[in-house]
Order: sequence, then C-alpha cells, then structure tokens
Amino acid sequence: MISSLHIEDLAVDRGDRRLFAGFGLDLRAGEAVALVGRNGAGKTSLLRAVAGFVRPAAGRVRFAGAAGDLDPDEARSGGVHLLGHHDGLKTTRTAWEELLFQVRWTGGSRAGAEAARERLDLGPLCDLEVRKLSAGQRRRLALARLVASPRALWLLDEPLAPLDAARRAAFGALMAEHLAGGGLILAAVHDPLPIAAREAEIGA
Amino acid sequence: MTGFLVLFRRELALAWGRGGGPLLALAFFACTATLLPLAVGSQPARLAAVATGSAWLALALASLLSLERLFAQDYEDGALDLLALGPAPLEAVAFAKCLAQWLAAGAPLAFAAPLAAIALGASTALAPLIFVAALAGGLGFSFTGGIGAALSLGGRRGGVLIAVIVLPLFAPPVIFGAGAVEAMAGGLDWRTGLMLLCAYSLAAVALGPFAMAAACRNALS
Repeated sequence: MISSLHIEDLAVDRGDRRLFAGFGLDLRAGEAVALVGRNGAGKTSLLRAVAGFVRPAAGRVRFAGAAGDLDPDEARSGGVHLLGHHDGLKTTRTAWEELLFQVRWTGGSRAGAEAARERLDLGPLCDLEVRKLSAGQRRRLALARLVASPRALWLLDEPLAPLDAARRAAFGALMAEHLAGGGLILAAVHDPLPIAAREAEIGA
Repeated sequence: MTGFLVLFRRELALAWGRGGGPLLALAFFACTATLLPLAVGSQPARLAAVATGSAWLALALASLLSLERLFAQDYEDGALDLLALGPAPLEAVAFAKCLAQWLAAGAPLAFAAPLAAIALGASTALAPLIFVAALAGGLGFSFTGGIGAALSLGGRRGGVLIAVIVLPLFAPPVIFGAGAVEAMAGGLDWRTGLMLLCAYSLAAVALGPFAMAAACRNALS
C-alpha cells in the first residue's frame, strides 16, 4: 500500500525539447494535489512519468509504504490508477463487460464493480455498447474502476472535463472519500478540483 | 493468475469480433479457392500442383489482415495504459493477446485450409497433415505477426509497416509447412519439415512476447 509519493528533481524530455526540469513534489496519504500549468507544459508527461511510462531525463519518482520504500514496479502494478484523456474502453463491448474487466484487471471484485455501478448511477447504461455512450457517460464508466478497485494513488488527467456540474460534485464526494481512506490524488486540471487540494504549478 | 485469465477471456472475445474472427477465415479461403482457378487456369493438373501452396499463401495473408488491430486499438483508445498497470507484466499481456488471436483466427483458418486445398484438387490423404501444419504455422504467424503489430504502434500507415516487418518472419513457416506437405505428396520424408515448423512456432511463442512488450513500452513512453 502506497502511503506517500516523492517526486525528486524530475526532468522530462519529449524528443529534443525539455518539457520541465527540477520538479519536486511530496504527496502523502490523505492529500490531493492539483497539477496546473499552461497547455503543453508537461502535466500529462509528469503523470505518465509517475506511472512509469515516460522515462525521466533526470531525477526520480519514489513510492513509500508504511515500512519504507516500495519497489516501483510493484507499487505501480498494484497501487496506481491512471486515468488519461482516453478512457480505455472498447466501443464494441457493453458498458458492463468493460467495467467488469477493468475492475477485475486492476484487482477489484465483481461485488466492487456492482457497488461502483450503483454509486456512479451506471445501471441504465450497463447493457449498452460503449459506442452508444456520450463522452460524459464514458468518463463515468472509467471513473467507476477507481471506486471499485482499491488502489491508493490516483493519477488523473483532466478527470472532470466531460462531466456536468452535478457529476463533478458527485465525483468530488468520491475523491474526498478516497482521501479520507488514506488515498492519494494527483490530478492535472485547468478547472479547480471540487475538493480542497494543494496546487503545484509545472513549468512556471 | 486470475488477472491473466480475466485478460485472456476479454482478448478472446475481442479477437472473435475483430475483423470478422472465424468467419474471416472461411471468407478468405472461399475467395482463394474461387479466384485461383480463374487466375491460373482451371486444368485440374495445374490446380492440384498449386493447391497446397495456395492454402499457405491464404493462411499467411489472412493472418496478416487481422493483425493490424492487435495492439493498435488498445494503443489508440488508452487501454494499453490500463494493461500496462495491471497485475500481469506486459509480456504476459502480449502472450494472452497472441494466443487469443491464434484461437480466434488461426485455428479456424487451420480447419479451412485442408478444405480449400482439397477443393483445388489436393489429395484427401494430405488433409490431416495440412491441418496440423496450418495449426502450427498459424501459431507462428500469430506470435511473429504480433511483433510487427507492436513495433508499428504509433506510426502512420501501421498496416504497411506490419506487412514489411513480418514478411521475412513469415517466410520460414511457409517454407517448412508447404515443404512438409509437398514432401508427403511426393512420398518423401515430411517429418523434418513439420518438426522445423513446430520448432519455429514454439520459438516465436517463447521469444515473441518479450519483443512485443519492449515495443509496447517504447510506444507508451
């Protein structure tokens, strides 16, 4: 279980261009950080570097548990949810099939998926193919896996963009619950998060 | 292990739907068996001579057809991120995807291959060998083709790239497989060719996932 995330003096390159350098951040259990910055500053790349996809040019990302540092690969494969611009849903499968797969693949159970379905009000959508869902409905479907399978660190990239005001508030409640349970949230945003969050600016 | 099974079930369902799944095999062989006599002439002797070879050609091309979407779809819709953060390493993910691809597309092609060859005039005595060789060859096609599919991720015109990458990798199984069937038809020793074919396919199964996982990591970064 990840109890804190430490980003130390991180630099990331895209091609020949340095996106940002010297970025540092400490995130502890129960904390949320809103990552802000202009378009192209490297918010997505930072999230992908924390998830282990982008290799940093300098610096490092550490995950710590109750008993000291964790192996980064194990921490990522068992303790990190990444929700990017794309929802990772297959358009030809039904919403429920995709939800159940995403939940079980990330370590949750069928019961957890059913609870998340009720919680995010996905019941009426479950029998529909994903291609028939709107952008906001797809995002809610993708968010359901965060709720259903318990992983400590949520990396969110513009999580609220397609959601309407009521759903944003509802998702704020879910985030607050996650933090109260010892979770960590790092979210790249342009609009403020619906919960109390520290701000970290990238590429300032 | 449960994670792997969950993924495998999903991949099988996706592969079954992707590009028509098993129906594609039948349609492809129907096309080959119909067009070949029109292209090379309908004399039975001439058709019988190319019957087994054309079955292999159809097998290789049909495998190629469904490969393009193997990783590209997951890459484009963001599912590859999710797969990379799961309980199983990307090597296991690649293995599951290729195995599912083989079961959903390769195995039906293997069933259709002897039918097409016989329809074109091959001896019915060759049918069991054509089936076994197509089954083993399809396994090799799936796991070597997966390497091409993974390497072409993120590139424009990925389909063209896949064809160019996998063409040399597809050559050995075609040589060994078609060679074994030809040898049996000519009363020669066919076991060597079949064993070489199986060895090639098993080597692809053993090594391919590592190459695919490396290519996927590269595409994700």
